[in-house]
Amino acid sequence: MKTFKLGGVHPPENKLSAQAAIEYLPLPKQVTVPIGQHLGAPATPVVKKGDEIKVGQLLAKASGFISANIHSPVSGKVFKIDDVYDSSGYRKPSIIINVEGDEWLENIDQSKDIVKDIKLSNKEIVDKINEMGVVGLGGATFPSFVKLMVPEGKKVEFLVINGVECEPYLTSDHRLMLERGEEMMIGISILMKGLNVDKALIGVENNKPDAIEELKRLAKNFKGIEIHPLKVQYPQGGEKQLIQAITGKEVPSGKLPLEVGCVVNNVGTALAVYEAIQKNKPLIERVVTVTGKSVKKPSNFMVRIGTPVKELIEAAEGLPEDTGKIINGGPMMGKALLNTDVPVVKGTSGILIMPENESKRGETSNCIRCAKCVQVCPMGLEPVYLSKTSKLQMFDKVENERVMDCIECGSCSYTCPANIPLLDFIRFGKNKVGGIIRNRNKK
Amino acid sequence: MSLLTVSASPHVHGDMSTKKIMWGVVYAMIPAMLVSIYFFGLDAMRVIFIAVAASIFFEWAIQKYLLKGSNTIMDGSAAITGILLAFNVPSNLPWWIIIIGALVAIGMGKMSFGGLGKNPFNPALVGRVFLLISFPVQMTSWPKASPIIDGLADAVTGPTALGVMKEGLKAGQTVQELMTSPEMPQFMGQFMGHMGGSMGEVSALALILGGIYMLWRKIITWEIPGSVLISVVVFSGIFWLIDPTHYVNPIFHLLTGGMMLGAIFMATDMVSSPMTKKGQLVYGVGIGVLTVIIRVWGAYPEGMSFAILIMNAVVPLLNNSFKPTRFGKEVKHG
Repeated sequence: MKTFKLGGVHPPENKLSAQAAIEYLPLPKQVTVPIGQHLGAPATPVVKKGDEIKVGQLLAKASGFISANIHSPVSGKVFKIDDVYDSSGYRKPSIIINVEGDEWLENIDQSKDIVKDIKLSNKEIVDKINEMGVVGLGGATFPSFVKLMVPEGKKVEFLVINGVECEPYLTSDHRLMLERGEEMMIGISILMKGLNVDKALIGVENNKPDAIEELKRLAKNFKGIEIHPLKVQYPQGGEKQLIQAITGKEVPSGKLPLEVGCVVNNVGTALAVYEAIQKNKPLIERVVTVTGKSVKKPSNFMVRIGTPVKELIEAAEGLPEDTGKIINGGPMMGKALLNTDVPVVKGTSGILIMPENESKRGETSNCIRCAKCVQVCPMGLEPVYLSKTSKLQMFDKVENERVMDCIECGSCSYTCPANIPLLDFIRFGKNKVGGIIRNRNKK
Repeated sequence: MSLLTVSASPHVHGDMSTKKIMWGVVYAMIPAMLVSIYFFGLDAMRVIFIAVAASIFFEWAIQKYLLKGSNTIMDGSAAITGILLAFNVPSNLPWWIIIIGALVAIGMGKMSFGGLGKNPFNPALVGRVFLLISFPVQMTSWPKASPIIDGLADAVTGPTALGVMKEGLKAGQTVQELMTSPEMPQFMGQFMGHMGGSMGEVSALALILGGIYMLWRKIITWEIPGSVLISVVVFSGIFWLIDPTHYVNPIFHLLTGGMMLGAIFMATDMVSSPMTKKGQLVYGVGIGVLTVIIRVWGAYPEGMSFAILIMNAVVPLLNNSFKPTRFGKEVKHG
């Protein structure tokens, strides 16, 4: 079974919501749409307080090359534009809309019909994806059209599609592959056309045999799309790990996948691309898993962007008594939330509710130099050394040991028998070194 | 519901803990403990008990009165040092020498550096070597292994297989003569443990069982024991092929003295061994080669302890020189 070569761990999977079909969440009374839901510069609002708006209408326009348009997920009236706490715990400028009815822009195709023919040219595809505000739905929310603009002199050989979903608990991609496979395949074909490549390779972890079977069945009708079942091993969904697992190629340190002729997109992104191109529908909703050991009804919801997290939790039959921590994302890389008022954004893949007894970190003891962190690091780094030198603020050493290669997967902290929060220290070092590098480049 | 916990990812933790690893090593030593009791009787139990109790006591006392830190005696590492120290001495060692050994092992070998995880040398070996050079007579009078079923252990002492070989070769005998001498245990005896020697080193079989258990629990990896044993076979094999009358065959090297105990339980000590696979291989080969050198040309019949301690000293250098293979070779500048 294919997998990446270095390191990795296998946390308990706990895919509690794997059998829960995607449900449409009822419209909330109010949505909060942050204008920075993507990697890069926040968008600039084009609406003002009191404006009447429809579903799909542009709310904020991309500003700068790496940025994305934001569209209205609901119809109603702009209540205010204000700074609101988002999942990062910081206040971010957001557009707050009071929901009235569900009136869509006329040019959006709301029907369930599947449109197969791809009519647009390469250039039109890239522009349309840009216009529709599509960003990577795997978590990093990188604006999708940028990935399709291949710089002069580079050649793309493979489109790699990430259907791995290696985070424990999360099942949103799994359900999408099962339920929306055909549209996804068309989306992949569109991305292939946009990139001008004839091969797309979909990687799916082996713990989703039903999804693999479904995609294999569908792939027979699509030219150039291959399914690659992969060994269950975290962080298989890391871009560089996935490319290595499927193609055997190693993305050089500090370089993009393009360097080895690959472009990586998530399965959810492929579906968003299908809807943008074939249905004229901007990215205004996404699938979010709501799960946890004590959650009464672990679910997968199709949610309008901007819906408060607490509404999703209500729909999963409420917050369990023993709740200790609520995580935006999976247990390995997700962010703990301060409260449940924060909105779902384009990058929200799941809400994980952890019971109190699993929420606290264990006691730390001395490093026993067991080197388990070195063995599990998928980037071939030495977390123990990086964390020690970061703590001592020896940033030149930290940089030389390639701290910027760290993908923050957390395998080191996960595995450390002494329970040392290695990644906390490494993040600190990475942050400082990143600043040092930026300053140096400015000069 | 009380306030939500907010902390950085990852939010889950694996099931490995220092305590589990350390007690896992203790479990792995149970077969060898049983064999030592089988061959050396109540004396062996006495040595193990005194060594473990003294090690735990000294760790507790030093932490409480000198370091004034929180106590970690239950993490199992002091027990390991105690058992390993017991394994490295003859079963008839006087009680007060054992206690001195534990004090040196824990006090000088471990706590003087700050406790678990900070000691550059294997504490049990520090204790053992200290005893060997301070009490050479008591440390080298080995009771003969006499299984409990043969009647209670008598007070007969004799040399170890390596000792017989060393003395014999010095006196001008050939390897063949010595191998067939009545004092020399046969291969099967060496493998099962029916020979004189330190308590825990006599049975290769029991030690290998423990090693398999630790490999299965992923407490150790194959690199260190594998490279030690292979390098011993290769290095001693070369000399044996050149002149089998003066150099013993590699199997003899493997089954006698502290070879298995050292390779499986002492060299693999996480704290004092290298972190990367490449470093571990070099470290293992270093131990293997040094052991053979000391055994063949050194003043002592046995060389494992010295070889491990010497290589312990090289570990920081190995950690610096042998980095793991990085993902994506190109180095980023800016």
